[in-house]
Amino acid sequence: MQPLAEQIHWLFATGFLLLGLFLLAEAVVGEEVWRRRPWRRYLWPSFAFLLGILMWPVMVFFTSSTIHMLAHGAWAQAMMLAGAAELGLARGKLRNALWRLATPFAFAVSGLAFLLHEQNPWFFQRSAFLHHLIGWTALIGSSFALARAWRPRWLPANTAFALLFVAIAVMLYADRDTAAIFGHLDPLAGSPQR
Amino acid sequence: MTTQPIVERLAEGALPREAAPRALVVSLLGPLTSLAGVVWAIVQPYRVTLLHPHGEAFWSLVIEPPVLVIVAAALFHLFVARPLVHDLEERE
Repeated sequence: MQPLAEQIHWLFATGFLLLGLFLLAEAVVGEEVWRRRPWRRYLWPSFAFLLGILMWPVMVFFTSSTIHMLAHGAWAQAMMLAGAAELGLARGKLRNALWRLATPFAFAVSGLAFLLHEQNPWFFQRSAFLHHLIGWTALIGSSFALARAWRPRWLPANTAFALLFVAIAVMLYADRDTAAIFGHLDPLAGSPQR
Repeated sequence: MTTQPIVERLAEGALPREAAPRALVVSLLGPLTSLAGVVWAIVQPYRVTLLHPHGEAFWSLVIEPPVLVIVAAALFHLFVARPLVHDLEERE
């Protein structure tokens, strides 16, 4: 009855897609219009926080290795930290601008966790390739988050930050438990799916 | 007979030049994302297991990536984009 790992990735992809759409819409209309309705200012931070909470069951039920468990736990904490810090900033409870660094920090931790918990090389199979790709995307993407933290109203930084979520969503949707990547599939990976 | 009152009413309803492109982009985000999901379902129909179910487990029938994309885009359009465009119009 437990869903497959790829199905969990697709569910999280949907969460990331929604986050990307929220942030893209905010970048297009600007902060002033976006905050016209009070619930909207909390939308993406609370959604990020929720995704962090949902990572905990993933950590508990998908224990294929200790390093997987540690990586999932690190994402859960990083996403909750970023979501909580952004919620505090949106509400005005957190005033120190240094709290804005929580999101780039979360991206850096996520990127490192992706890279460190993938023990197979890039072309072992599709999920290995995507773990490397998402890891590097999150690491490089943390610079967009940093630019956004430095200049919150800078359109290019906000747009790049939003597109980062969309790009990660696309990569997560492309994940399969066992599938070839550019024609490469290591015999040790098992029988392929489409 | 003159068309002036109609033109005036249209002009009143129209968004200023700055806001119109932004409203258009926001209102297109959902439909374009939804379209991407539909195209994906056409290109890879085997990703939509509901189209040809044969003994799949519960989760394989519920979690179908192209359908998730379409549903997420529709929810975004209905509950976020539309009120946002409305607010953009009000502000201008």
